[in-house]
Amino acid sequence: MKSLLLLTLLGLALPAWADRLPLPSDTPASFKSECGSCHLAYPPALLSAADWRRTMNSLGEHFGTEAEPAPAQKKEIAAFLERHAGQGGKLGNAGEPPRISKTARFVRKHDEIPARFWHDPRIKSAANCEACHTHAADGRFSEHDIAIPELRE
Amino acid sequence: MRSLSALCLLLISITSHAETPQQIRQSYVSEAAAVQAGFTPSAKRGEAFFQKQFAINDKMPSCLSCHTEKPLNAGQHAITGKTIRPIAVAANAERFSDPAKVEKWFGRNCKEVVGRSCSPAEKADFVAYMSEVR
Repeated sequence: MKSLLLLTLLGLALPAWADRLPLPSDTPASFKSECGSCHLAYPPALLSAADWRRTMNSLGEHFGTEAEPAPAQKKEIAAFLERHAGQGGKLGNAGEPPRISKTARFVRKHDEIPARFWHDPRIKSAANCEACHTHAADGRFSEHDIAIPELRE
Repeated sequence: MRSLSALCLLLISITSHAETPQQIRQSYVSEAAAVQAGFTPSAKRGEAFFQKQFAINDKMPSCLSCHTEKPLNAGQHAITGKTIRPIAVAANAERFSDPAKVEKWFGRNCKEVVGRSCSPAEKADFVAYMSEVR
């Protein structure tokens, strides 16, 4: 009886898993402070290890900004990102420089969003997850939590 | 009793890196006074610096590009759109309480927006303005 209940709960939880990308429990504080000050501390599973490596090796010129952390922090962040990176084959090519928003997975998940929304001042940039996904910082990307009413499903 | 003293030690070690905005301003004032005798910080000069259009960077011509004209309000990153918590101490008590963090962001933002390092005098004025603005 108890296992049936567990199985039912698991069944209910499964559909939500795809939209849940919480930061791993071993996320270093440096990742949140160094990467999460200018943009969301992105879930590491959204880029492949090779793309994170390219990103970490080019922080001197990071989308127009110098974002180089102190060496010890950089090492810690790079190891963390590679530990929890996603599978390149599933995510798709992220381009050069790698962008989460260029991966096939991201494009597929956002293909219903009209182009004008990306330029909306409330959204500003595809980097700004939280503009629409209000609980992105907690790893919740469900379509039901979209902040822009016109986009909510 | 032993656990109480351990707790006290822990609390001391946690708070040892926290400073008040006044302490942080004072350390910049001392640095500035070493090169400019009799230097006194000015919130008014800090305000003018905050509002100045440096126009070195197209996307971030001034501090206002991200922090907005009202430092008591939340800002928005000029490129990513991420919300930035208010920079004024009156609206955000965490501001100017961690010397290493303050130095890190002066380092990054001065280089990017002002196009050079900020002087200790400019930093002292800036901290004075952000601590006093209501």
